[in-house]
Amino acid sequence: MTTDNRDDHHDGHHHHDNHYSDMEARVRALETVLTQKGLIDPAAIDAIVETYETKVGPRNGAHVVARAWVDADFADWLKRDATAAIASLGFTGRQGEHMRAVFNTGDTHNLVVCTLCSCYPWSVLGLPPVWYKAPAYRSRAVMDPRGVLAEFDVVLPETTKIRVWDSTAELRYLVIPQRPEGTDDMDVEQLMHLVTRDSMIGTGLALSPSARQK
Amino acid sequence: MNGPHDLGGQMGFGPVSPEANEPYFHAEWEKRALGITLSCGAFGAWSIDESRHARECIHPANYLSASYYEIWIRALEVLLERHDFASRSEVAEGHARMQAAQPKRILTADKVAAVLAKGGPCDRPVESAPLFSVGQRVRTINEHPAHHTRLPRYARDKVGIVEAVQGSFVFPDDNAHGKGENPQWVYTVVFDGQEIWGMGSEPGLTVSVDAWESYLEPV
Repeated sequence: MTTDNRDDHHDGHHHHDNHYSDMEARVRALETVLTQKGLIDPAAIDAIVETYETKVGPRNGAHVVARAWVDADFADWLKRDATAAIASLGFTGRQGEHMRAVFNTGDTHNLVVCTLCSCYPWSVLGLPPVWYKAPAYRSRAVMDPRGVLAEFDVVLPETTKIRVWDSTAELRYLVIPQRPEGTDDMDVEQLMHLVTRDSMIGTGLALSPSARQK
Repeated sequence: MNGPHDLGGQMGFGPVSPEANEPYFHAEWEKRALGITLSCGAFGAWSIDESRHARECIHPANYLSASYYEIWIRALEVLLERHDFASRSEVAEGHARMQAAQPKRILTADKVAAVLAKGGPCDRPVESAPLFSVGQRVRTINEHPAHHTRLPRYARDKVGIVEAVQGSFVFPDDNAHGKGENPQWVYTVVFDGQEIWGMGSEPGLTVSVDAWESYLEPV
């Protein structure tokens, strides 16, 4: 497999300026027609966008993870009934109706993908990144997860087993990364800053306190 | 269907290209595409399964060269025409000409927070007990239906272990085609990498899918 096809395909938006202005016109026309018919409310669109730009994002998931790190009872609840445990922190709703939390251990690293579309736990991670929805990740995460992880600069010990979760039904998976060393004195608020979005998909690890400061 | 969306194990797409500090949206139209898609979903005229199927019916050449928001919009145009809300020619001209069907709901700005917070749960009770139990060996069926299905090609005709009984959920193969929700038990089934990818599989790899009961047979 060569990297030649990176330049003439779609794994970055910057190659696509003309195509993107076509889409701008197409979507504007669609919004105009639906608004003329009274079927949609442009202000509702603004409210949806604002929700996912400012309210529902990976900080929600980071809160869940940090709480699980400091509170063994909460971690147990997450294992038994992630939907309810996550709802107790106020995170519910669209694409988070049926949650499962999967815990990384010293032996096993979890990686989440949706090979068939773009299923993603919106209520805790917000909108998925472009790469999560693109063919390169969806095709290779199930077959070549170590190769994929290397592209995120994650190299796991050879002895670590990788478990890939293909989100083929309505369950949505949140990875609980391992708590970094040297964080015993940190509280939930401090720990949240170590929990990256990618660490909750499985394409990253939680940051060490020193990495966070860099 | 064996469509362009069923990507697990395909090759040739090159490396994953994570973007540092990726913005939520890469263009203004992506924001509108998100909001329009969710607003139209609120009509109650089609299910999430029908909308997924509309996306996977996009011609492979278009599907594989489109961003995901473009995939959403292409499929949405099909759904709007199918359900008599807007014709393709109206959308092409950017001007409403025909009377639209009456949606069950119109999503107004004041309802957005409640609708997003509620979501759309897909679990439904079933009368029967689960056919399979945790720890049981099962084989996935070897079917290539022309209709919507959620059993990926790479996981067909493979032997795995039931790891969890996850509850009973709307059956997408039927619901995508207006044949009713017909809920079934869903199981997390885990496969050894070698069972799927053969001798070249990464050592220690396991892959799971969430499979509706009719995707599985006892071994």
